[in-house]
Order: sequence, then structure tokens, then C-alpha cells
Amino acid sequence: MDTILTTPQMVVEDRGRHLFRVARRAFTDESVLEAERQAIFDRCWLYLGHSSEIANNCDFITRAVGGRELIFNRDRAGAVHAFLNTCPHRGAMVVREKKGNALSFRCFYHGWSFNVNGRFASRFDEGNYGKEHYGGGCADLAQVPRLESYRDFWFVNFDRNAMPLSDYLAGAKEYIDLVADQNEAGMEVVGSGQQYIINANWKLLAENSIDAFHGFPVHSTYFDYLKTLGALRMDSAGSEFSASGMHDLGNGHAVIEYASPWGRPIARWVPSMGEDKRPVIAALREGLIKRFGEQRGTRMSEFSRNMLIFPNLVINDIMAITIRTFMPAAPNKMTVSAWALGARDENHDLRKLRLFNFLEFLGPGGFATPDDQEALENCQRGYQNLREVGWNDISKGMPRQGPPMNDDEEQMRCFWRQWRDRLGAVS
Amino acid sequence: MNGDVGLPASLRNDNAALRGRIEDFLYLEADLLDDWKVEEWFALFAEGATYEVPPTGSDESDPATSLFYIADDYVRLRERVVRLTKKEAHSEFPRSQQRHMISNVRITGLTDGVADVSCNFVTYRAKRGVVDTYYGKHLYRIDVNAEPFRIKSKRSVLAMDMLYPGKLTIII
Repeated sequence: MDTILTTPQMVVEDRGRHLFRVARRAFTDESVLEAERQAIFDRCWLYLGHSSEIANNCDFITRAVGGRELIFNRDRAGAVHAFLNTCPHRGAMVVREKKGNALSFRCFYHGWSFNVNGRFASRFDEGNYGKEHYGGGCADLAQVPRLESYRDFWFVNFDRNAMPLSDYLAGAKEYIDLVADQNEAGMEVVGSGQQYIINANWKLLAENSIDAFHGFPVHSTYFDYLKTLGALRMDSAGSEFSASGMHDLGNGHAVIEYASPWGRPIARWVPSMGEDKRPVIAALREGLIKRFGEQRGTRMSEFSRNMLIFPNLVINDIMAITIRTFMPAAPNKMTVSAWALGARDENHDLRKLRLFNFLEFLGPGGFATPDDQEALENCQRGYQNLREVGWNDISKGMPRQGPPMNDDEEQMRCFWRQWRDRLGAVS
Repeated sequence: MNGDVGLPASLRNDNAALRGRIEDFLYLEADLLDDWKVEEWFALFAEGATYEVPPTGSDESDPATSLFYIADDYVRLRERVVRLTKKEAHSEFPRSQQRHMISNVRITGLTDGVADVSCNFVTYRAKRGVVDTYYGKHLYRIDVNAEPFRIKSKRSVLAMDMLYPGKLTIII
């Protein structure tokens, strides 16, 4: 029935009838993925990495972003760069390690070398190369067209004419602040993180990461675990602050914010953390209230937030903080990178607690994320029936009077409207 | 390997005999996992035991300072097993089929009746027509004075540069 749908026609919103539907072909079609590469991944701001991952001068990491191979590094003077990881000579990837610290980069294929600020640094005998190679920049590592940061979160854009990052992030900045402000000395990525594959379309994880509706049906074993351990606290010390809800942050970004039953290393104590941690967590909370006032300090301590920054960055400040980004490898396959974010210079016991808390829910070995993966992969397989059953329903909460609830689906609708508009603009 | 005064003389002085008993024990463990007897598997662990899977492609080895895939204390390991027995553990419903292969078993130390044991492993998991392969090295600390033996810690170090199967829902 929908073989002639254009990509914008794959999203149908009928406000009068409270219906919002997305064609399942959007998750399965190679031509849709190609359109996404051009309209989204070549034009949107994409998360590259966190300042703390290249903390020292000459630190570098390599990372695949937006279908490119990139070098994210700090030069000898401390300036941050993002280079396309390909030798200007014949194309080999210049840096092959995942991370390290180096005074220069050298392509192993023919030995062209580069300063860590990207400038061509080889000196060949006269007659080999002309002046242009040394002064003209044609032999330098190519910079990513745009590289900008907000609160230590670095983003790239392959569209030279993209709007500034700050405008693009729009309302998401306030919620990045709620994470970045958790420690006066700043935040840092802990270790090398988790890298894994999900055999599902990348947009399924975008939806899932900010979906509260699935929480109880999918994650009952996680809540059972919290109950058994005495880690489930239903009272909310900040109940006078009724933040539970959802916010459209603009440009396709959205966040849900809600009172949650789990413990939060910053700064919501639950009995399973142990009595010895109780005063420590209370002190963290008081510190936040002192710095930011009763309302914001309580909000930071007590409430959980799941945020999607369009198209593929998730910052979830839940039982721990995770940064998660994902890239399509095929219509039915994505690669996921996930990191834990913690306070820089965090006390050893608190860091341990934070990571312990992270793993109770999050990641491929957690008590919840694998069941999300299972749900996503089940959806992808279910889409094999799309000729007969062709549409997803994302209508929950549409008739609601007043602001949307966190377990409505308005946050997904924000994503899909942006997806539709971006694909429509180039088709 | 030096002998250990806590052990019966027959094992203390005979590395091959001790290794043989440890291999039997590890084959039993593998068999219980193959057959989804996860509660019996958990009973092989000593109280206070830990179970860990460190990050892939790195030498990070402390779950207090690095993000692992799994870092269970005894209680969370028990709860992991409880979870696996429920059909609401959706990623293992219907249950996958598994085969645990181990080889290259070596005793690398023996102190106070606790043997440090390493072995290579390959674990296959099949579900809905997809076969996942996990491979690497198990590092155990096994109380060989206990009868039967008891695992004091198990760390499964994946020799993979990323987690290709995506999930780590089974015990590898």
C-alpha cells in the first residue's frame, strides 16, 4: 500500500483524530537510510566526545561518527581538534589506535607525518614535493567542517553552513547544565565505556531511550530486584516540586523528567547504599542546594531525566548518568557506544557506588537494557509484516488536556516531526 | 606451583591431579549452564563471591574505577540468577540454547587452599536463528579445600574488541 510513499509521507499526524502514525518502512528501507545520511547525519550536530576523554595535551581518541572515521584530539597547546582520519596522500587511516598520547601522527603506508595540530610535518628531499605541500595546506590532515562544544560535550557537523551548536541545542542546554553542574570541578567520562551492536534500526533506540511507557512492562525484573534489595524508595523528598512530565526542547530534542524509585549517586540515598553512605549523600545534596537553591538543588538530586538530542545522542541522568550515541550500520543494525559520566575527582567509594548503580540497570549485562534490546530487535523482526501491517502508532497522550505526561509519547512525536521536516527539506 | 599445606597430600604434591579435579569441576559448571540449571550453578559459588565481565578491548581491571559490563557482588549475582528464572527476563524468553566450551586450563597459583585458575572459553548462544559467539579467558579463584569446590570469584575477560552479540544476558 505504501510503496510510493516519500519519506515525509511516512509520518502522519492527525490532531483532530488524535492519531500519530509512522510507516514501518522508515525502519527497514535502504533508501530511507540513504536519505537519512544526507538529510540528518550530514547536516545535524553529532556528538563526538567529552573533554575529559582527551584531558591532557596531545591526548587523542579515534571514533566513528556520522559514518566517518575521526580523530578527536588536543594539540601541544591544548587546542581541541577533530580531523577526518584519512591520509591526504592515498587515503589510509592515519591513526589506528583507539586512544593514546602522541606528539605527532604518522601514516604507516608511506610515512607521511603530521603535527597533532594537523599540519603536514614530513620533510622529503628536494624534488619530491613542491612548496604547496609544505605551506599550502593541501597535505595537512583535513579538519571536520565544524567542531563546537557546550559544557565539555563536543559535537561535529559536516555541514559548513549549519546553525551554531548553541542554537541547535536550544532547550537541551538547560538539561545539559543539570548534569554538568553536578560537580564544581566538572564531570568526566569513566573508563572506556561499552560498545555493542543492536540488530534494529537506530531510530528504535532513539524512541526507547526516552520512553517511560515501556518501563513497567519491560523492566519488572529490575523493579523486583530493587524491591528485594531495599533499593526501591517510592517517597519523594522533593514532592512539592512536581516536575514529572515531558518537555519539547526544540529542534527534535525532548526530555522526560520524573520522580523515580531508584537511588541516585547524586544525591538520593536508598537503604541498599548502606547507612554509612547516608550522611555522605546527604552532604552532596546539601551542597547542591547551597549552590543552586532549594528548588533546583532538590530537582538535581531527586528527579531523573531522560533526554534525546536529535538525532542520536542520549544523556540519561537516572540511577547513574549515561551518555549514549548510536549509528546506523544498516537499516536493521546499529552500533552503540555508551559511557558513564561521574564527578571529576570523585571519592573512591562514591565512584564505586556510581558504577555499581549504573550496572544494576544499564548496559548489555544490566538488569534492564538487554530487555530493551530484545524489544527493539523484536520490533525490527515484526516489521517483516509491514506489507500487511504497515504503521506504528505513537498517539499516546494526544487527547490529554494540559501538559504531556512523562509516559505519553509526545517526546517521540517531537523526534518524528523533526525527522519528517529534515527529510522533507531535501527530498 | 608450590604445594599448599592446607591440601591433602595427594593433591598438594600432584599438580596434574589437582588440575584434573578442577577441570571436572569446570566441566560440571559448564554443563549446568548449558542445561539452564542456573540455581545449581549459583550454588557453586562461595558466600561473598564476585562475578565480573570487564570492558572489551582494554586492560581496565578495577570495577571501582572503570565501567565493566558486569560487576556483581554475591547478592547481585544471586539476583541475576533469580531474574534469569523469570519469563519476564524478556531477553531470555523463550530461552536461548547455549554450549560452553573450555580449554587450556591452568593453575597459576595456590595460596591457603585457594587456586588461581585460568582457562580459555568459547560460549555459543542460539536464539531465533541467530548464533552469538563469546570468547575469551575465565579467571577463577576456587576454594579447593571445600568439598565440593567453591568459586570465590569468576572474571570472564572477553577477547573481543567490542560486544558483537550486543547482549550479555546469559552466564558466559
